[in-house]
Amino acid sequence: MSFCRLTIAAMLLLGSSTAWAQSSPTLDKIKATGVVAIGTREASIPFNYLDDKNQQAGLSWEIALKVVDALRTRLNMPDLRINRVNVTPQTRIPVVANGTLDLECSSTTNNTERQRQVSFSNTFFVVGSRLLVRKDSGIRDWPDVAGKNVVVSAGTTAERILRKLSSDNNWQVNVILAKDIGENFLMVETGRAVAAMQDDVILYSNIARARNPALWQVVGAPQQREAYACMLRKNDAVFKAMVDGIIADLMRSGGYEALYTKYFLKEIAVKGGITVNLPLSDDMAALIRDPNDRPYQ
Amino acid sequence: MTYAWDWLIFFKPSVTGEGLYGWMLVKGLGWTVLISLVSWLFALALGTVLGILRTVPDRWLAWPALLYVHCFRNTPLLVQLFLWFFVVPELLPLAWGNAIKQMAPTTGQFLTVVLCLSLYTAAKVAELMRAGIEALPPGQRAAGAAMGLSQIDVYRYVLLPQALRTIVPPLTSDFMNVFKNSAVALTIGLMELTGQSRQLSEFSAQSFEAFTAATLIYMVVTYGVVLVMRHVEKRARIPGMLGVAR
Repeated sequence: MSFCRLTIAAMLLLGSSTAWAQSSPTLDKIKATGVVAIGTREASIPFNYLDDKNQQAGLSWEIALKVVDALRTRLNMPDLRINRVNVTPQTRIPVVANGTLDLECSSTTNNTERQRQVSFSNTFFVVGSRLLVRKDSGIRDWPDVAGKNVVVSAGTTAERILRKLSSDNNWQVNVILAKDIGENFLMVETGRAVAAMQDDVILYSNIARARNPALWQVVGAPQQREAYACMLRKNDAVFKAMVDGIIADLMRSGGYEALYTKYFLKEIAVKGGITVNLPLSDDMAALIRDPNDRPYQ
Repeated sequence: MTYAWDWLIFFKPSVTGEGLYGWMLVKGLGWTVLISLVSWLFALALGTVLGILRTVPDRWLAWPALLYVHCFRNTPLLVQLFLWFFVVPELLPLAWGNAIKQMAPTTGQFLTVVLCLSLYTAAKVAELMRAGIEALPPGQRAAGAAMGLSQIDVYRYVLLPQALRTIVPPLTSDFMNVFKNSAVALTIGLMELTGQSRQLSEFSAQSFEAFTAATLIYMVVTYGVVLVMRHVEKRARIPGMLGVAR
């Protein structure tokens, strides 16, 4: 019995010491500087955003904070400081690739092109592209947008899919490019486009923030799904294993559902209180049962 | 830094199926050059007129020109573009506004950018024009009048032939600025050179290559402007007035 325990203890020690023996550029840097650099977003609601009290909040932000807690324990650095670096969709990949950031958890899709520059943790959210339309627009499904103006955010997966759908089915959609999430909605609100195509969760949060949410609805079956994950430096298996473990534990322990309820089903402090109101999808339920880091593209 | 460089990315097919990544930059360059040249021509014409008006003795002509220059020169270009694109169609009668909004998107974006950039740049050209005229000794205007020339003839035969030549060197900077300012087009969705390099960087994840290429292309284009303007300067200079053009 005691032999058994000793062996287990020895194995655990060995295990942890081999983990330590493997070098981790991220952990080494954090240990040397006493600072961990984490990416923030201003309005990626409800993933990573500034709330009405100007506090950073969001589902992804809380995941990042859990990683910081784990770092404090693991490196035995209770005074570890967080350096917040605000990023945009255009800057987030270069700043992780060049080592400015140690971790970026917001609403970044994991795909194979990006994996050439950065590494991704376990997936923490699955989205699909859908259409946001005015309720009286008469658009009920994808074929209804044929020949119409549809807005997408420039450079997103939605843009790729829309161009492909349009050319495959000969729909002759006029693709309008918006530079960000806010402008995307402005294009349909002002009538320049009849529909906005984007990740479903962003559409729901746009509706929640609209002047009159009752005017809008989300239609069309979700197109090609995308996996949101945290970005970290390439070639750092140790740090990746650590972040992966934190996300997997969160999903297995039920902590993730609590976070989901907090940000997607309850009121959040944006614009005086809004509710995203997005029920848990089947894809998300499957992810929670089997946490993984597989991209869809 | 763990960045994976790939300079051959420009010769690889785009994930959107729109051809090679390099082709995206070429298309972007086409828009940049088109927007800039068209806007510059309008700005030059309008700016010259406004600049002259700013120097005429008649206050009823000079004041509106002054007001114009103040409005367009003292506000950010980006703000102006947003006003033209998002706000102006809402202020027009409903039918007009809808007609503008339902225009083919690229045409609508192009016309809006050209309008915005022309009016903005015209304000700067107007200031140069005024400076060119005011730099001339005041005696010239008086001398012209003393010879019995009408106000218009004083401008036509005495002031403008000199002023237009004097302002060629500073005009070069504004001509170059039009090319650089045309990048605002991406904010309303017209994918000119900067917009396309962003697209390239989003789709391929090779951001450093994309923006390095865009930087080099801008430098080549603006250097072309320098060469053209240098030629104009040489042809137009008044011997002994501005020193030796190089």
